[in-house]
Amino acid sequence: MPPPLMQVQGLSVAAGGQIVQQGLDFEVRRGEVLVIVGPSGCGKSTLLRHLVGLEQPATGRVLFDGQDLHQGAEAPRAALRRRFGVMFQAGALWSSMTLGENLMLPLRLFTALDAAERERRARFKLALVGLNGGFDLLPAQLSGGMRKRAALARALALDPELLMLDEPGSGLDPLNAARLDELVLHLRQYLGTTVLMVTHEIASVFAVADRALFLDPQERRMTAIGPPQELLAHGPAAVRAFLGRAATA
Amino acid sequence: MNSAAPASPSHTSAWRLEQGVWMLHLAGTAGLDVAAPSVDISRRACIDATALKGWDIGLAASLWDLRARLQRQGLQVEWSGLPAGLAELLALAQAGEAAREPAAAVRPVPGHALHEARLTITFFGEVLIALARWLGGAARVRGSDVLQQLDQTGPRSAPIVLLSCALVGVMLAYMGGAQLERIGAQGFLAGVVTVGMVRELAGLMTGVILSGRVGAAFAAQLATMRAGEEIDALRVLGVDPVVHLVLPRLLALLLMAPALLAFGALAGIAAGAVPATLVYGVGASEYLQQSLRALTATHLWIGLFKGLLYAALVALAGCREGLHAGRSAEAVGRATTAAVVKALVWIVTAACATTVAFTAMGY
Repeated sequence: MPPPLMQVQGLSVAAGGQIVQQGLDFEVRRGEVLVIVGPSGCGKSTLLRHLVGLEQPATGRVLFDGQDLHQGAEAPRAALRRRFGVMFQAGALWSSMTLGENLMLPLRLFTALDAAERERRARFKLALVGLNGGFDLLPAQLSGGMRKRAALARALALDPELLMLDEPGSGLDPLNAARLDELVLHLRQYLGTTVLMVTHEIASVFAVADRALFLDPQERRMTAIGPPQELLAHGPAAVRAFLGRAATA
Repeated sequence: MNSAAPASPSHTSAWRLEQGVWMLHLAGTAGLDVAAPSVDISRRACIDATALKGWDIGLAASLWDLRARLQRQGLQVEWSGLPAGLAELLALAQAGEAAREPAAAVRPVPGHALHEARLTITFFGEVLIALARWLGGAARVRGSDVLQQLDQTGPRSAPIVLLSCALVGVMLAYMGGAQLERIGAQGFLAGVVTVGMVRELAGLMTGVILSGRVGAAFAAQLATMRAGEEIDALRVLGVDPVVHLVLPRLLALLLMAPALLAFGALAGIAAGAVPATLVYGVGASEYLQQSLRALTATHLWIGLFKGLLYAALVALAGCREGLHAGRSAEAVGRATTAAVVKALVWIVTAACATTVAFTAMGY
């Protein structure tokens, strides 16, 4: 079995000076879709900010392909971070740039591609997410669903090995949320990208996850990890209640 | 509103000691206004609601508050005879309170002022490093970003800078003329206005105008980007926000400042000529010649230095507040206000310090 792409070891994460999750130990396997799930306020997005290197852990460490994301000089860590693409909850598209410019900025800064090739790739990534005609649009001209898809396209700009998605379905109607789930699965299938997704939408968990990791807000630790159907059948009571409630809803 | 029975008039409740237990018998639909009983006599308290005829949300809130007060004083509280709806409501509130234990603090939060000062010093250091990297060719600033900021800061600020400096020039001429007239030295009025505008006031007024017009805009733009996680998206890619966002704004203001200063000073000097000629009888050509005579290279470079310094402070205050804003709409407003206030304080402090320093150095 190949080594895991990401390893989280003894991680405690804090927000506002207080520990929100502690003692986290898990790994992200190459090619899988791992979903971090839990009720609102349990620290999912805070954990993701630590996993992408935006926050320093209170304790523990995060290894990406065997290298520590939080220790050492900034330049190699930044190079490491460019091997994953991040889709933020609100999209975080750079509002003063068109979608094309949003996708081409990382290509211009971090690849040797010429302008024509950069544009070709940006247009292709936009087409992959169903935004063929969106190259010259500004983020403000997009609907909520389009903005999410554009953010996904930008996360794919540098052909990342690991795609991290923060609540991709939040704020979308069920149909658009399901389309986005489908898109994520297609990208994993066709591009071979490993996916780490944070969500509280249980429909998404059952739709896309190979494994789900459950964060408990009361105990402030992970209480289960495994295939969602298995967790629903044999997981701890709180996890079964959480998954079951949504599964029967 | 849940209510077991229609409300009836309040009645007064009071504690009684019964078999070593503090008892509070509720009746009617009383709102509670009772002090906690003494814990020296008994540490047990019982609230008997058997005779309660009705309740409303006010009584529920009073009971909830009473229970908390009693527990804070070390009393064990027992309820008896609560109506079903009221008991469930209080249980719901209790469950909500117990849902989350207090989280462990990860580190002590430093004092606000100390924290702010540390952020400012760190930010200044980051800007200096970014400037050094840019000058050394290790970092790249997009020309289009600088041009966009030049457009925002320069032409659109020019009219208000010209107007303000012209009005200050008029005031300076009036005040200076009144004093000089007393000793018959109106001939020096052009020199006073020229030196005053070029060396001190054009830069100061330009800085003040830029702080309100441009510094606030910088703070609002960056704070909005921060709230929308746009800056996080840059950081994840390894793009330094200071190079990508702060340097274009700083460079645009530094490039635009000399032009604004020059036009501002000229406007002030020209406007000062009006009262000088009309009120104090200084001839127009005499005013012009005196102005040129008074305008030495020292005044010019000191005025330019001060103006550039103020422009840099405006850009730094705006960017510092924007980059370190919170992640809400309210935080954007706070950052904008703080940027203007900080820029003004920094400008006035710098003006005072440079005036004292240059005078002490004999300039």
